[in-house]
Amino acid sequence: MADFMYLFWNKDGKSKMEKASPEEIQQIMKKWMGWMDALKKSGNLKDGGAPLEMTGQVVHGGKKSVTDGPYAEAKDVVGGYIIVSAKNIQEAVELSKGCPILEGDGMVEVRPVLKM
Amino acid sequence: MKEEIPELMDHLFRREAGKMVSYLTKIFGLNNLALAEDVVQDTLCRAMETWKFRGLPDNPSAWLMRVARNRAIDIIRREQRFRTFTPDLTYFVKLQESLLPDGEKLAFENEIKDDQLRMMFACCSPAISADVQVTLILKTLCGFGVEEIASALLVSADTIEKRLSRAKKVFQASGALEEVESIPELQSRLQAIYDSIYLLFNEGYNGSQSEMMVREDLCYEALRLALLLCDHPAGKSPKTYALVALMSFHAARLKGRMDAEGCLILLEAQDRSLWNKELIGRGFQYLDLSAQDGEISEYHIEAGIASIHCMAETYERTNWREILKLYDLLFKVKPTPIVALNRAIAVGQAFGPEKGLIALNAIEDLEKLKDYPFYPAALGEFYRLAGRGKEAGEYFGRALELARNSSEVKFLERKLKTRNERS
Repeated sequence: MADFMYLFWNKDGKSKMEKASPEEIQQIMKKWMGWMDALKKSGNLKDGGAPLEMTGQVVHGGKKSVTDGPYAEAKDVVGGYIIVSAKNIQEAVELSKGCPILEGDGMVEVRPVLKM
Repeated sequence: MKEEIPELMDHLFRREAGKMVSYLTKIFGLNNLALAEDVVQDTLCRAMETWKFRGLPDNPSAWLMRVARNRAIDIIRREQRFRTFTPDLTYFVKLQESLLPDGEKLAFENEIKDDQLRMMFACCSPAISADVQVTLILKTLCGFGVEEIASALLVSADTIEKRLSRAKKVFQASGALEEVESIPELQSRLQAIYDSIYLLFNEGYNGSQSEMMVREDLCYEALRLALLLCDHPAGKSPKTYALVALMSFHAARLKGRMDAEGCLILLEAQDRSLWNKELIGRGFQYLDLSAQDGEISEYHIEAGIASIHCMAETYERTNWREILKLYDLLFKVKPTPIVALNRAIAVGQAFGPEKGLIALNAIEDLEKLKDYPFYPAALGEFYRLAGRGKEAGEYFGRALELARNSSEVKFLERKLKTRNERS
């Protein structure tokens, strides 16, 4: 088994929730909880990860200049991550396909964690 | 993370949204309703983002309220120089100090109830028209989205948007969310609230099948709001209790009145074991409470009629004579053609189809029923019971032409098929 980090990318740095009704927001959350729960029950969820604020600061290069981030012009922003354990990248990719973020226009980036 | 999402999660966000909007509007003032709604939206999104990773907190409602309140404190700090916040700063200071130890939780819950009630009275301001009042209640107090309101009330989302912006214009000129006790025209405002709740309930009860779930929710929301009124000195009155009783009896029968294909099942064919006994019990409890001081409103009478249906073990054993008496009474208070129609049906049930037909034909103001499919359907039914299949067929056919949705079409098509059966 190997570890993979799932990075959850939101379009425009915002999930499309500004117009959603409370019920719709709850339904989306319920789908996420269901998906995470299934990963946990199947033993694939190695680390439940964390949600990230959509804003932050970036420190650059030798001058250590600081800008508002994540990236000044980036449209897509990572909204959170988890770590999944899977046989190989194929399985990790398959597992990621159930992620509710894909029902909107978000995406999941699957990255193998380097083995020691 | 908790293993399963518990039952109490049903509509949690919607319910809490209504509470938070009321609470924040008290803090920000009615003129800042849009701001309150933004804060609630942010809070719910934050809850979703956090809970999907971390699972539900022990007390989701308290979590939401805390986050919303902290956002409110931030906003007031940042913006008090640019915006007009109507309430005085002493309240704001109190807000910062209150960390809500356990002992205060109950007080806080009562405060939130009070805020919702104030919001209800604000939504039913005489400056706002009745259709806008109902829309506004669904948006601010029940946490429905624009699309959901549109499909529940069977109007376009565009219409809903327009209604809401009209209401916000009225609120723009208002200041603080008034204390209920200080409203000068309290009684007439209370009547407007009854009307809205009653309308809300009827929308849910008599609507089409297509959005069944949403529409049933309307019934439960109406009931919830009426119960909220009962909790407050300014809202509790025999009439409020009667309204709760009436809606409880009707809501109890929600489960039995549609078949799997979404076809309306008439009272006579309903499986009475599906009726909700708890709600029937509540109906009787509130009917008792409503009888306190001899006041008899139309809600009392309608609740009385509904209670007789709920008491009858079978359709055949329904006490139609008692029901007829109550319809006679109701017609005096509320002389509408629909009441007259229901009264005529009771006549036919109590004294036979021929008498029912006479009563149906004697209704004044028949013009007002000309688009109502259940008038010809009632005629058809009594002709059928009188063994006159030909006329029954004609009237069922006419009713079918007037049917307003697929559920009514299916129902009347079946009726048409049975026109020659005599029982």
